[in-house]
Amino acid sequence: MALQITVDLEGCKGYACCMMEAPELFDIDDETGKAILLEERPSADRAEEAERAARSCPASVILVRNG
Amino acid sequence: MNRVVIVGASLAAVHVIEGLRRNGYQGEIQLVGAEPQLPYDRPPLSKEALRAGPELDRLLLKEPGWYGTQAVELCLGTAAVGLDTRARQVVLEGGRELPYDGLVIATGGTARSLGGPEEVGPVHVIRSVADTAALHEQLVPGRHLVVIGAGFIGLEVAATAREMGLDVSVVEAAPVPLTRVLGGEAGAWFRDHHLANGVDLRCGSALEQVEVTSRGTKIQLVDGTVLAADVVVAGIGAVPATGWLDGSGVHVADGVVCDPTLRASAPGVVAAGDVARWHHPLFGQTMRVEQWRNAVEQGGRAALSLLGDTDAFAAVPYFWSDQFDAKVRFVGVAGGADTMHVEQTGDTSMVALFGRDGVIRGALCVNAPRLLARYQKAIVEQVAWGDVTGTG
Ligand SMILES: Cc1cc2nc3c(=O)[nH]c(=O)nc-3n(C[C@H](O)[C@H](O)[C@H](O)COP(=O)(O)OP(=O)(O)OC[C@H]3O[C@@H](n4cnc5c(N)ncnc54)[C@H](O)[C@@H]3O)c2cc1C
Ligand code: SF4
Repeated sequence: MALQITVDLEGCKGYACCMMEAPELFDIDDETGKAILLEERPSADRAEEAERAARSCPASVILVRNG
Repeated sequence: MNRVVIVGASLAAVHVIEGLRRNGYQGEIQLVGAEPQLPYDRPPLSKEALRAGPELDRLLLKEPGWYGTQAVELCLGTAAVGLDTRARQVVLEGGRELPYDGLVIATGGTARSLGGPEEVGPVHVIRSVADTAALHEQLVPGRHLVVIGAGFIGLEVAATAREMGLDVSVVEAAPVPLTRVLGGEAGAWFRDHHLANGVDLRCGSALEQVEVTSRGTKIQLVDGTVLAADVVVAGIGAVPATGWLDGSGVHVADGVVCDPTLRASAPGVVAAGDVARWHHPLFGQTMRVEQWRNAVEQGGRAALSLLGDTDAFAAVPYFWSDQFDAKVRFVGVAGGADTMHVEQTGDTSMVALFGRDGVIRGALCVNAPRLLARYQKAIVEQVAWGDVTGTG
């Protein structure tokens, strides 16, 4: 099973906490200053990393689901 | 362990609750908070919530129903006033006693004021949603705001008020803003940025006195200058909220003194967030960090420590600050640096590195976010100064 990560870019404030927490899943766009999701469907063994990033997002715009 | 009491209902507390439940703790949790509101987020208080006026719904860290689903008993609007570490009881305002097996101290900080209110008159501070609501009312275009202190929060308030159409002066005793945190060269960039955006930034100006008259407030500087202000904000830092621990035996010295695992000096007691001082294994020094991410991560670590885990808290600090169009990001520590290197600087961006004992310890990136993750890795790996700066 894989994970499904989504980022609500409208609410993203570009704080970059996601990238600091999980640099292999998130990057920041130099132009817009907003998050770039590097892997939308990482394998399930990345769940902890993804959830840590979601918890660390001050704007609470990262959603991690199974499936 | 079957009864956990958390004192201080804010960011660190919410992450303690998450950490406890995520790791299988099923006992009671009581959350004690001095403010009447459910835990809310503070960074917007000097930024968008100050501009638009704070709406509590939009600031809440968790929706109201969440506390029920986590089986948390809320005791809000009630300050803790004492602690008996031998009987293991927290004493609340009004006399109620809460026994605990595990206690989390998460009382954060209180904004430092200029002196007694009777001495300085209506000087605003910004720490709570109530503070922001009161200041927002006063930020009317065309008025003159004077901010005392060019720290991060003072500069954010200045930028917000300027964008709202006020005349803004900032009075700072040091030669450039943010010297205490960043040192001269990086601070100078912030000075130029604020000057370019029309802030009347007066560095090297020590405050002599604040005088309240019927026609407004007069700010007198040591050099004799007098500024007439409609609104005054003191942004001169915060002090850890530890008064309620007096006499408890919990060791306090500019914060609750903890071991590397965030355990305080009494059994069953841990601390997290702005109030906690601990020994950082990577940086080899005791520190207290007043930053959002630190409160989140310490909340999680304090929960694990209560549950018996013995890992040290060694996360690298990271924070952001938005001032006009400058997205300021800082990873690591700058305090105690013995060397500094400006990697790049321009009108709209800057990157500066901080080092000590031959390794990189901190990096400031303004409008240059993509480098942050790389520098964080270099800090964790204690990469040699010359290798990061290309000067080695
Ligand atoms: C205006 C402002 C802007 C900020 N901007 C940023 C930013 O841009 N980036 C960033 O990284 N960080 C920022 N921060 C810092 C960040 O908000 C704090 O690090 C964070 O709030 C710390 O959380 P905490 O839970 O440790 O403490 P706090 O949020 O301070 O909460 C402590 C709580 O404990 C309560 N309390 C105190 N004493 C008692 C008592 N005796 N009994 C019961 N309750 C008590 C208080 O009322 C308060 O609700 C900002 C802070 C402020 C104030
Ligand atoms: S942490 Fe959240 S707000 Fe910040 S860049 Fe990532 S998604 Fe955006």
